[in-house]
Amino acid sequence: MSERLTRFFASRWGIVLAGAVIGVLAPLLQAAGNPPNMGICVACFERDIAGALGLHRAAVVQYIRPEIIGFVLGALIAAYLFGEFKARAGSAPIVRFVLGMFAMIGALAFLGCPWRALLRLTGGDLNAIIGLAGLAVGITIGVQFLKSGYNLGRSRQTHNAVGWIMPALMIGLLLLRIFAPKVGESGAVFFSEAGPGSMYAPLLISLGAGLIIGFFAQRTRFCTMGSIRDVILMGDTHLISGLGALVVVAFAMNLILGQVNVGLFGQPVSHSQHLWNFLGMSLSGLAFALAGGCPGRQLFLSGEGDGDAAVFVLGMITGAGLSHNFAAAGVPDNVAAGLVGGISPYGMGAVMLGLVVCVVIGLTMRD
Amino acid sequence: MVKQVDARGFSCPQPVIMARNAIKEGEFPVELLVETVTSRENVRRASEKMGCTVEVEEVGDEFKLILTK
Repeated sequence: MSERLTRFFASRWGIVLAGAVIGVLAPLLQAAGNPPNMGICVACFERDIAGALGLHRAAVVQYIRPEIIGFVLGALIAAYLFGEFKARAGSAPIVRFVLGMFAMIGALAFLGCPWRALLRLTGGDLNAIIGLAGLAVGITIGVQFLKSGYNLGRSRQTHNAVGWIMPALMIGLLLLRIFAPKVGESGAVFFSEAGPGSMYAPLLISLGAGLIIGFFAQRTRFCTMGSIRDVILMGDTHLISGLGALVVVAFAMNLILGQVNVGLFGQPVSHSQHLWNFLGMSLSGLAFALAGGCPGRQLFLSGEGDGDAAVFVLGMITGAGLSHNFAAAGVPDNVAAGLVGGISPYGMGAVMLGLVVCVVIGLTMRD
Repeated sequence: MVKQVDARGFSCPQPVIMARNAIKEGEFPVELLVETVTSRENVRRASEKMGCTVEVEEVGDEFKLILTK
C-alpha cells in the first residue's frame, strides 16, 4: 500500500495534485488574513520570522509564520510515515549557508520567492512576469554550471539527531508563536502592529495549511526551481506540471475570492523597478539552482533529515536579517505619493555581489 | 563487465545527471547506487524516458538500480 502510494505521488498526477493543493490553500490563506498576493511566500515568511526574533528591526515585517513551521513538520510526518526519514549532512554546508543568504537577498530585492512570484502573477501583478523571467535566467546559468560538472559533493548518513535539529527549531518557534513571550520592554519576541507582518491567518489555519502542504510536497518532491531546471537540463516536464497546476488553480481561486487586480504600478507589497526585479530573481534562481532546491523544497528536505538543506534555510534567515539591516530589501511602490519603489544603492550592490559570489562558486566547485 | 556508478550522497539532479551520462556512453547494464527514494524515483523516471528498463534492488537502506537497454 505504502509503495503504491509512493508510486502515485511520484507520478504526474501526484505532482499535479500537490500543485493544486498549494493553489487552493494559498489564496485561502490570503482570504483568511495573510497579506495580499502573499498567501504563501517562503522568503517573506522566513524574513518575518527573522524579524520576530529581532535579527532585523523592520517593524512592519515581524511575525512567526506558522506556515513555515508546518512545512517542515508536515514533511517530517510524511517522511516518517513512509520510512523516508534519513539523517544526512556534510555536503559543503558553509557554501549552502552563503547560497541561502544571497538567495534571500535576491528574493527580497524582488519582494518574493518563486512561490510568491507565481501567486503575485495569479493575483494580477504583472511585475511577477519580469521576476519569473529573471528566475528562469538565473536557473539557466545554474544549469550551465551543472552541465560542466558543478556539484557540492557528497553528504553522509549520520545520527538521527542531526536530522531532528531543524524540526526541533521549528517546534521552538511554534512555542514562541503560541506564548509570545516578551523579553523586557524592548526585547524579542517582536510582532508587527502594522504592515504585512501584522496581517496573518489564524494560527491553526496557518499551521494546518502548512502541514498539509509539507506532507504533499515531501511526497511529490514539489520544487519551483527544479521545475524550470529539469525542463532546461533535460526537457523533463514532470515537476513543471505541478507548477502549472498551482498557477491555474490559484488563478481560479483568486477569481472566485475576488483577489485579482491586474496592473504593474502599485501592486500590493511589490515594486515596479523592472531591472532590479529581474536581477534580484536572477540571483535567487542561480543560488537555488546551485543549492539544488527552491526555498520551499529546502524546508521539506530539512523535514526529512537533510541537515545541509537546514543550513541553507538558516542562511536564508540570516540573509533576511542582513538584507533589512543593510537597507538592501525592496521598498514597495507608494501609490499615495505616486512613487515607484525599488531597492537602494546598497541593495543593488548586494545583488551584484551575490551574482559574483554565485558565479565564483559555480566555476570553482566542479570535478 | 558491469558499469558501476556510485551516486550515493549526491542530491538531485546529480544522480540523474550521472545516470544520463552513463546511459549516453552506451554500455549496458549499468548499476547505479543511490540512497534516497527521491533519487531512486528521479533516476528511474529519467532512465525510462531514455528508453532503458530499470530494475530496483534494495540493499540495506540503499538502492541498486540496474539499467539495461
